[in-house]
Amino acid sequence: MVSDVQHAGRPSRAPGSDGALAAVTARARELIPAPGVIDDHAKLRTYECDGLAHYRVTPALVVIPEDAEQLAGVVRACAEHGVPFVARGSGTGLSGGALPHADGVLVVTSRMRAIREVRPEDQRAVVEPGVINLDVTRAATPHGYYYAPDPSSQQVCSIGGNVAENSGGAHCLKYGFTTNHVLGADLVTPQGELVQIGSAAPDAPGYDLLGAVVGSEGTLGVVTSATVRLVRLPEEVRTVLVGFESTDAAGAAVSAIIAAGILPAAIEMMDALAIEAAEAAVHCNYPAGAGAVLVIELDGAAVEVAEEYAEVERLCREAGSFEQRLATDPVDRALIWKGRKSAFAAVGRISPDYIVQDGVIPRTALPEVLKAIADLSGTSGVRVANVFHAGDGNLHPLVLFDESVEGAAEAAEEVSGAILDLCIEHGGSITGEHGVGMDKAKYMPKMYGADDLDTMQLVRCAFDPDGISNPGKIFPTPRLCGEVPGRRKGVHPLQEAGLAEAF
Amino acid sequence: MSTLTGTAHDALSSACEDVREGRPDDAVDGVPVGLVARPGTTEQVAEVMKVAAAHRLSVVPRGRGTKMTWGLPPASADVLVDLSTMDRVLDHAAGDLIVEAQAGTPLADLQAVVGQAGQRLVIDETVPGASVGGALASNAAGPQRMLVGTARDLLIGITVVRADGVVAKAGGRVVKNVAGYDLGKLMIGSLGTLAVVTEALFRLHPVPEVRRWVSVRVADPQRAHDLAQAVVHGQTVPGALEVDWPADGPGTLTVQYGGKPDGVEDRVGTARSLLGGDASVSEDEPDGWSSYPWRAGETGLKLTFVLSGLRDVLAVTRDVGAAVRGSAGTGVVYAALDRPDDVPAALDRLRSVCARHQGSAVVVDAPAEVKRAVDVWGPVPALDLMRRVKDQFDPEHRLAPGRFVGGI
Repeated sequence: MVSDVQHAGRPSRAPGSDGALAAVTARARELIPAPGVIDDHAKLRTYECDGLAHYRVTPALVVIPEDAEQLAGVVRACAEHGVPFVARGSGTGLSGGALPHADGVLVVTSRMRAIREVRPEDQRAVVEPGVINLDVTRAATPHGYYYAPDPSSQQVCSIGGNVAENSGGAHCLKYGFTTNHVLGADLVTPQGELVQIGSAAPDAPGYDLLGAVVGSEGTLGVVTSATVRLVRLPEEVRTVLVGFESTDAAGAAVSAIIAAGILPAAIEMMDALAIEAAEAAVHCNYPAGAGAVLVIELDGAAVEVAEEYAEVERLCREAGSFEQRLATDPVDRALIWKGRKSAFAAVGRISPDYIVQDGVIPRTALPEVLKAIADLSGTSGVRVANVFHAGDGNLHPLVLFDESVEGAAEAAEEVSGAILDLCIEHGGSITGEHGVGMDKAKYMPKMYGADDLDTMQLVRCAFDPDGISNPGKIFPTPRLCGEVPGRRKGVHPLQEAGLAEAF
Repeated sequence: MSTLTGTAHDALSSACEDVREGRPDDAVDGVPVGLVARPGTTEQVAEVMKVAAAHRLSVVPRGRGTKMTWGLPPASADVLVDLSTMDRVLDHAAGDLIVEAQAGTPLADLQAVVGQAGQRLVIDETVPGASVGGALASNAAGPQRMLVGTARDLLIGITVVRADGVVAKAGGRVVKNVAGYDLGKLMIGSLGTLAVVTEALFRLHPVPEVRRWVSVRVADPQRAHDLAQAVVHGQTVPGALEVDWPADGPGTLTVQYGGKPDGVEDRVGTARSLLGGDASVSEDEPDGWSSYPWRAGETGLKLTFVLSGLRDVLAVTRDVGAAVRGSAGTGVVYAALDRPDDVPAALDRLRSVCARHQGSAVVVDAPAEVKRAVDVWGPVPALDLMRRVKDQFDPEHRLAPGRFVGGI
């Protein structure tokens, strides 16, 4: 699966010459102490991929700034010399969003790791981009607070990466995504200016630039500080593991819960193959013989949660559950979550290689789409384990293959792509949380029309007219920003018709 | 204006059946309107926008016309694009908790449709009769912003028509979606200066089984502050925490809960003990709930601050004689000043105290003389980037020119 993508990621115009790179390198050495500027080829290769390891590109230069001023200085030099740059947090992304540019600079934020402020009285924390997601919660918990977005990689992924990808997590069903929890940021624009967008207080006046920047995958600049919302820890948390004969029965239970007006913090589903993998890896002791399990978590005020739990228990029973296990203390809850959280890695126990897919469907289309995935698997002979955030229809099919078998990787890629087609057909999305990055840019024209993509790129042109900030990601075809949108080249039909002559 | 009207009228009429000359009551914050076009579909809006582009006409969109005096008056309003006939709820997928509606749909109509399935869009109708598109353009939000946020947290898909007539969509029909830029967020609060919103998709929430309001009188800003802090740092999960303080007389702090009967009763009990013995419980929302404190002709301000700034902000509003109502639980309150002459000095003081607490003070609505006398929007960081966004979407500056920050 490892493929060389040297062709990818080039900007729309010729990148800077060797002289340009040399100039940026020289400037970086002036700004940043020696270990933070890397141009040795062997060391550069350490950074050749992010969490999606089958795309590899060695960057021309790696810089690891210590603060926003250093970072802005490097970006300013890049802008001056027309050198592309790519920002990288912990490098755990799964769409190649932080894949380096062969002729460009990789800006690594791992030394910007200060949690500058934790202010429970304001329900805010101010953190640098290299701060690990879980560390924000660790810093806030002594005050009775936590940081809600919890991607599965939260022990290693960075806030900067979360902001770039608008990361979600199991609990975003109730609490939302990164974009709902970041209120302000310091942004280094692709020109190297340091600007404040959003604010610690809600509703900063002017355009919601922050709303555009979060989830823009590093194409609109680099965030050097984020002001995030802290959420009060709930009084009560109940996690229940429910076994069903089939995914259809589990899906029916999810529908019944939503229809009853209950919004759990999380509803996760795993199918039989995913359960088998988790059992092999972490011995999570999920219900034997289950065709599907649900992990449902309820949180909030204690009496409210107790009332909701009683209803969830009944609805699952009515949908045909054959076993339910309730956990209320943190240790038991962690045991239930262990199987779910280890699911991706666990698949390694039952298959030498696998692709983690990420697509979204309207939740009610779940039975239909799961059947279609089973059909795809049946006709192709490619096994697919299903793990998903069932509450919001975010599927993570794990497409299994053995690279040593000729043609197997290609067959798996085909099935993986067909699953995205299914998502689009059902009115869903090609990515719910992993991002478009390098990996899915080619699918964007299937989900959006040319005018839609053109309009999105107006934002790109406003922030980064020269296309040097993470070029080649998200959009398969860059827009030429020099064109003034909407200006007509020929004679307008109304003019021809004599209607516009008065002007 | 008359030559413009004659020729443009013909051109617009070929794009859209319902075109008429502007009347005095169409004026946008005192600025007369040349023509009013009432397109019935996104395609017709696109045709209207193409004609406006060809004729270089300025365009001001209007939903239900309930907030046309917000922001600054536009430099001109050649064409008013009236979206009131685009008033249909296009799709309510109850099982997926989403709704799609045209921009001119009254919020109340949308709520009636989704309410039949026990669902709601958690955007308060802060001005009676407001439309979906108007609520987005103005980023209007009420007490329930404490529960699930504002329009930016609920909008999942949008259709807009650009200044050049191009129709574009962003987002989609699913809540979880990170494919492409989130254009919807840029449109929210942009007062029609980037594009004309024609359709919107939202995520919905269940209507709670029961709702209760717990209110207590507060004698001074310190007391309001202490109680608000106690509520937000408690674990009762309030749906709203509002302060209501007339210019004369004591203030009231109200906590709202929604949920299951036993759960709500328990949370209300906890709230009563937090707020003190004289707290009262009601099954109905208090007077003035989800409305602004100003009357017609008064100056309305939006004050934002981090939560620890509540006491200081309230103290200054008391000093300057402003009536206050808003979300003490999120740091967004609205203030009303009745005497125009008081506004400049009061605004300076309020702007200063809000800035000290990392927020801002913006004049939402005011008589023309006040808007002329003060800086309506106040200082806005990253204004240069905002101008660049405007230049890309509307290079000729024809959309609601001048209504927004920095003359945008």
